[in-house]
Amino acid sequence: MTTDHRTTALLLFSAFVAVTLIITTWVSRHRQGSAEEFYTGNRLFSPMENGFAIAGDYMSAASFLGISGLIALVGYDGMLYSVGFLVAWLVVLFLVAELVRNCGRFTLADVVAARMRERPVRIAAGTSSVAVSVLYLVAQMVGAGSLVALLLGGTGEAVQAWTVVGVGALMVIYVSLGGMRATTWIQIVKAVLLLGGTITLTVLVLLRFHGDVNRLLHTAAERSGHGDAFLAPGLAYGGDWTARFDFISLGLALVLGTAGLPHILSRFYTVPTARAARRSVVWAIGLIGGFYLMTIVLGFGAAALIGPDAVRASHASGNTAVPLLALDLGGGAGTTGGTVLFAVVAAVAFATILAVVAGITLASSASVAHDLYASLRRPGGKPRSEVAVARVAAVGIGVVAIALGLLARDLNVAFLVGLAFAVAASANLPVLLYSLFWRGFTTRGAVWSVYGGLIPAVVLVLLSPVVSGSPDSLFPGVDFQVFPLQNPGLVSIPLGFLAGWLGTVTSTEVPDEARHAETEVRSLTGAGAA
Amino acid sequence: MQRSNAGDVSYDDPWYDALASGWGESAAAVALPPARPEPEAAPSAAADIYLEVQRSAAFQEVRRRYRRFVVPGAVAFLLWYVAYVVTATTVPGLMARPVAGAVNVGMLAGLGQFLTTFLLTWAYVRHARLRRDRAALELRWDTQELTRGRGGAA
Repeated sequence: MTTDHRTTALLLFSAFVAVTLIITTWVSRHRQGSAEEFYTGNRLFSPMENGFAIAGDYMSAASFLGISGLIALVGYDGMLYSVGFLVAWLVVLFLVAELVRNCGRFTLADVVAARMRERPVRIAAGTSSVAVSVLYLVAQMVGAGSLVALLLGGTGEAVQAWTVVGVGALMVIYVSLGGMRATTWIQIVKAVLLLGGTITLTVLVLLRFHGDVNRLLHTAAERSGHGDAFLAPGLAYGGDWTARFDFISLGLALVLGTAGLPHILSRFYTVPTARAARRSVVWAIGLIGGFYLMTIVLGFGAAALIGPDAVRASHASGNTAVPLLALDLGGGAGTTGGTVLFAVVAAVAFATILAVVAGITLASSASVAHDLYASLRRPGGKPRSEVAVARVAAVGIGVVAIALGLLARDLNVAFLVGLAFAVAASANLPVLLYSLFWRGFTTRGAVWSVYGGLIPAVVLVLLSPVVSGSPDSLFPGVDFQVFPLQNPGLVSIPLGFLAGWLGTVTSTEVPDEARHAETEVRSLTGAGAA
Repeated sequence: MQRSNAGDVSYDDPWYDALASGWGESAAAVALPPARPEPEAAPSAAADIYLEVQRSAAFQEVRRRYRRFVVPGAVAFLLWYVAYVVTATTVPGLMARPVAGAVNVGMLAGLGQFLTTFLLTWAYVRHARLRRDRAALELRWDTQELTRGRGGAA
């Protein structure tokens, strides 16, 4: 890593940060301070804008750097991630997006609480939303720290720690000053930058092979040292049955988790109608699908042009494959083209993290203020403006995320993201689907299904090899590992659904027919939608 | 139907949607406490309206069309995805079988997942636009008219 790289990359970082701060100030000129404006930008975004913002929220650095890096190292098995992340959007489109847009105002809990006793349901759904958001947030912060340390050649822990603090501070500024409008525009800018960077690199890779994909794949397979096995599944997850079940578990979490991510759900409230929500998901599916197809090309391109050994030498889990590929495509180390392209990729990855972090912080501050604070405050207490509470919550979540991000600095980013998806799929998805589609669902069922998914997911992780009992775990010294899989989804997702069913059939409460009718009519027609 | 036809030109304009949303925010909705999504004024009357609409043939038809599409669709793509993941992890030999050049069964299956996702997205949007949107808009309009009428009377 030369000084040239560092200076160019730093300049581009600073330019991006400056642009985002200008956006934040610009959109908060005529702020009115209503909750509607803070959480949803007054629901005035167009489907195309929201589609880009959804794509921006979803395409995290973990996929840009992580998936391509994984493909560069293990070939086909890395591709399975791309597939899971994309197919998940069909669940969102078919079962969730329009109905949630019609029934809710700001958060996931709105949808569930509409036909239940409000307080317990809001507390449960609010808690699990905050838990998912914080996990996802920590993953992004850890990613930012290691990425910047890696790309800027920061030698020690200090650079990493200051990056985490800096990212946290920026996200608090974006969210608490700009609300949803600033966050959305930052997502859009970031999505355009990320897609632009990815398209450029993909075109360069294909040009290098004169458009011959067959030759690209053959070169990658040869260079990998595994031969044709590189192009087939099994290199990463083909070992013992534990590894295979682990992968199936991850696959389930990926495909079912997206529909339970609070920051994705809150994006549907930024458009005026369910129709617009549907069209924004279509935009998002197009953008995200194209993006993941290109990450596959980049991954195999990195394997063919750099070689897995060089990638592994630079970073053990392959996170630097794409920056290295950019350096090579630009003309190699020491050339102007290489330096510029490398710096651009580094800046894009950093922008990606900042934007994703801002989106999650906004969604979790909404859960804290709109669900938890509103349900838990003393009834006689002086009512505060909800937006003021949300701003304070954003600062609080920022502090918590910075602290956890510093603590978890050594954890694997991809694992943390997989865990956030598993918790979202276990705690949020069952309650959401039951309340939208099950006539007999009751308050007890709702509360049980949230906790029945959330608690097993968290406990199983604590008892997994991730935390103890193996050389790579968080506490390698002790061994209280009982559960063999790293990802809890295979067990905890069915438990979440089961608990919701069990809670409903055992409760004596008669489901409120009128409120069910209201939820159903509103969800499918949009009558009375906010 | 007449109303929807007349509005065809503006139907794709986001501003049209924005105004429709403004409708939903009647005076009652603005005065709500923040955590309550529902208008509490005249609860019994409003509840009756929703029950009435839910039992109407028009609504049942919209719901039937929606479910008849999404339930089989969701089952199909989830099964196809799970089959893909399980096959890739348990029978990698099948996935490694070459088809043409460097392309093997696994590559085709992976790209097939992308393709089916795009196709199902297209099919869903087309189905919703042609079979559901108009009827749902009519129902929304009628329901809101009823709510307003009875809310005012109560």
